[in-house]
Amino acid sequence: MTHPEASVATTAAAPALLRIQDLHKAFQTVEVLKGVDVTLARGDVVTIIGSSGSGKTTLLRCVNLLEEFQRGRIEIDGQAIGYREQGGRRVPCTGAEVARHRALTGMAFQQFNLFPHLTALRNVTLGLIKVRKLARDEAVAIAEKWLDRVGMLERRNHYPGQLSGGQQQRVAIARAVAMTPRLMLFDEVTSALDPELVNEVLSVVQGLAQDGMTMLLVTHEMRFAYEVSDRIIFMNQGRIEEEGPPADLFNQPKSLRLKEFLKTIKI
Amino acid sequence: MTDYPFLMELWAARGAILNGLGLTVAVSLLAIVLGSILGLFVGIGLTYGGGMVRFALRCYTELIRGTPVFVLILACFYILPVTGIQTTAFQAGLIGLLLFCGSHVGEIVRGALQAIPRGQSEAGKAIGLSFSQNFVYVLMPQALRQILPTWVNAATEIVKASTLLSVIGVTELLLATQQVISRTFIGMPFYLFAGAIYFAINFAIEQLGRYAERKVSLP
Ligand SMILES: Nc1ncnc2c1ncn2[C@@H]1O[C@H](COP(=O)(O)OP(=O)(O)O)[C@@H](O)[C@H]1O
Ligand SMILES: [Mg+2]
Repeated sequence: MTHPEASVATTAAAPALLRIQDLHKAFQTVEVLKGVDVTLARGDVVTIIGSSGSGKTTLLRCVNLLEEFQRGRIEIDGQAIGYREQGGRRVPCTGAEVARHRALTGMAFQQFNLFPHLTALRNVTLGLIKVRKLARDEAVAIAEKWLDRVGMLERRNHYPGQLSGGQQQRVAIARAVAMTPRLMLFDEVTSALDPELVNEVLSVVQGLAQDGMTMLLVTHEMRFAYEVSDRIIFMNQGRIEEEGPPADLFNQPKSLRLKEFLKTIKI
Repeated sequence: MTDYPFLMELWAARGAILNGLGLTVAVSLLAIVLGSILGLFVGIGLTYGGGMVRFALRCYTELIRGTPVFVLILACFYILPVTGIQTTAFQAGLIGLLLFCGSHVGEIVRGALQAIPRGQSEAGKAIGLSFSQNFVYVLMPQALRQILPTWVNAATEIVKASTLLSVIGVTELLLATQQVISRTFIGMPFYLFAGAIYFAINFAIEQLGRYAERKVSLP
């Protein structure tokens, strides 16, 4: 209906950093997101909890445009991403636009997904040089700053295969945040780690939250979610079942499903 | 001197044999380089192409890989002129070899690209890399490491298959050797000599491949 730039102007008055409206996503005929609405203001830390298969990962992947979605709208700073209206029809954006939209968000994955053929440093500089078009020494300076921040500066010349899971995940987080995304997505970043490595990663995430980074997390670390989050979203079968401040959700769950879910996990 | 007729004849025929060796190396090298470039595109098409592209490429690779190279070379030599493409025997043989190489390398490239975990290209996309940047900086460097050993195999197959060009009259190393034999009536030593040269070429290719593998291997 409107040009993307025009829609920026119309919603600029009350800029939510992330606005997801009526998001529907189906894999073939199976609908896994059945109308999801989420709004994050700048600096918000919001954690999604819910049992396996409830659609948490899919939601994050839609925000990073790693998945197509069939209905609904995702806006970052008022700009619709992934799709635009053209002559009353909803059309996917071009590859270049999608790449630009993706750069607005950063994502850390459960499996780290570091590039195994690049050192920790080059994992971080790749995007800075190729996407942000920075000069090499400028990129290295930024990458070193972030590697230092996640406690990995000393191992900047190590390859992923030479790092522990926790170290790889910290480099992966540095790689994402070095691109200065407006929103960070964390999908179960500690689920693939040995228990003794979980805390080193969580404290990195917590540090970013304290710095005011806007983030949308999925985690099964309930204590961490309680401490770090401004709000908790409980998802169940593709819908948001309950949402609110951590104290409310964890201590006075309203829905039966959430009560059941909280019983199955240890806090 | 007359005690060593083979060495004498070998020395006398050195020009012809070196010419044959030159042709063998030239046609093999060209077939490997051009065939690998072809194979790279075939592999990319097989991995990322649409339904029609993949179907067409699949037909090409299955057809070529199901045909003996010998038949392929004869086909290029006899069929291309009928379709109006005028080629020398060398060119026809080269086309046969590079089509052969391209189909094998295509399969190798497809296999290597598909073996890369999906998370790799997703991580590339997540930092905003375009499709081509993702391919060049993330996927291909990883695929190459996996391709290298099998690619070396394909290269040695091409060198061996180049002997088949002798049947369409390209005086590569084997035909050059046979011509010397038919003149000197010294069979076995010359065949062994030619065999040793083929072995040396392929041994060199394999060593080069091993060296490259070591160079790019990841810790
Ligand atoms: N690529 C896919 N193809 C088909 N179904 C999928 C795919 N990815 C996820 N699903 C399904 O979507 C549902 C939600 O999955 P997911 O978002 O991964 O849940 P969660 O992260 O909450 O465990 C599950 O039922 C899952 O089986
Ligand atoms: Mg998940």
